Amino acid sequence: MRVEVFVTPREGILDPQGRAVEHSLKSLGFELVSGVRVGKYIVLELATESPAQARQLAEQMCEQLLANTVIEDYRIRVEGE
Amino acid sequence: MKWGVITFPGSLDDGDALYALREVMGQEAIALWHADERLYGVECVVLPGGFSYGDYLRCGALARFSPVMKSVARFARDGGLVLGICNGFQILCEARLLPGALTRNRSLSFICDRVALRVENASTPLTRLFSVGDVIRLPIKHGAGLFVASDEELALVEKRGQVLLRYVNAEGQATDEANPNGSLNNIAAIANETFNVFGLMPHPEHAVEADLGGEDGLKLFYSLVAEDR
Repeated sequence: MRVEVFVTPREGILDPQGRAVEHSLKSLGFELVSGVRVGKYIVLELATESPAQARQLAEQMCEQLLANTVIEDYRIRVEGE
Repeated sequence: MKWGVITFPGSLDDGDALYALREVMGQEAIALWHADERLYGVECVVLPGGFSYGDYLRCGALARFSPVMKSVARFARDGGLVLGICNGFQILCEARLLPGALTRNRSLSFICDRVALRVENASTPLTRLFSVGDVIRLPIKHGAGLFVASDEELALVEKRGQVLLRYVNAEGQATDEANPNGSLNNIAAIANETFNVFGLMPHPEHAVEADLGGEDGLKLFYSLVAEDR
């Protein structure tokens, strides 16, 4: 089962990359842009047919390794859920 | 005092740390290997600078799962002295042995420089040979040295005196201009709550000989030796 994990800098935590990208977008003329955050997109396969189990495992992975919850938030998308 | 310096895949400053301890200070220091759980009876563990595991995922995130880190965590819980320098600091934060986290410099650039630092707490094993307010100079070289923590955590760290060094200007003031990487409150070095685990972004092991730009780093190492009972 395919699981997608999105890791982004936590709300309120300084995101220098997001700020630099936002700055560049604005200088390109995209003046409507704001709130840019740069994060990570992680795709993985889990050998289970249960979306509930897949989500539970992915949450554990995020808490233990994929995200640093001191500075990052994560969001999980499970195929077929 | 018996020291151990851990080599992770991608560590760079393990050799310099061993050189400083053995050749300059005449201490007993052994090399520890990331895949070996044993600490061989060392009294202070050093996690050196570098790019362990290629900085993949996050700086220090993967080194934290090295077999040796299980022993380091146990050693730290039992009150053992642990010193993380640069990447070692990042690893200790990832391992939750130190509060907060280190993230990309606000400039997004890798910084290689020599900076002024002010001693904030001189009653810890790492700083006991200094006085509060002393200004020292150490090299820094990092791409992810911006110290962050939640507001609550930061307030606690400050209140408990866990901030050991702050980036300052030539006058010893912690201004924004003197902050090389954007660290909250200009924080360059911290300790854990029980003051036996230390993390710093500057490199004391690169400042141990006057001929090579200064020896302020030595005093930090000697403070730990003075701690030896």
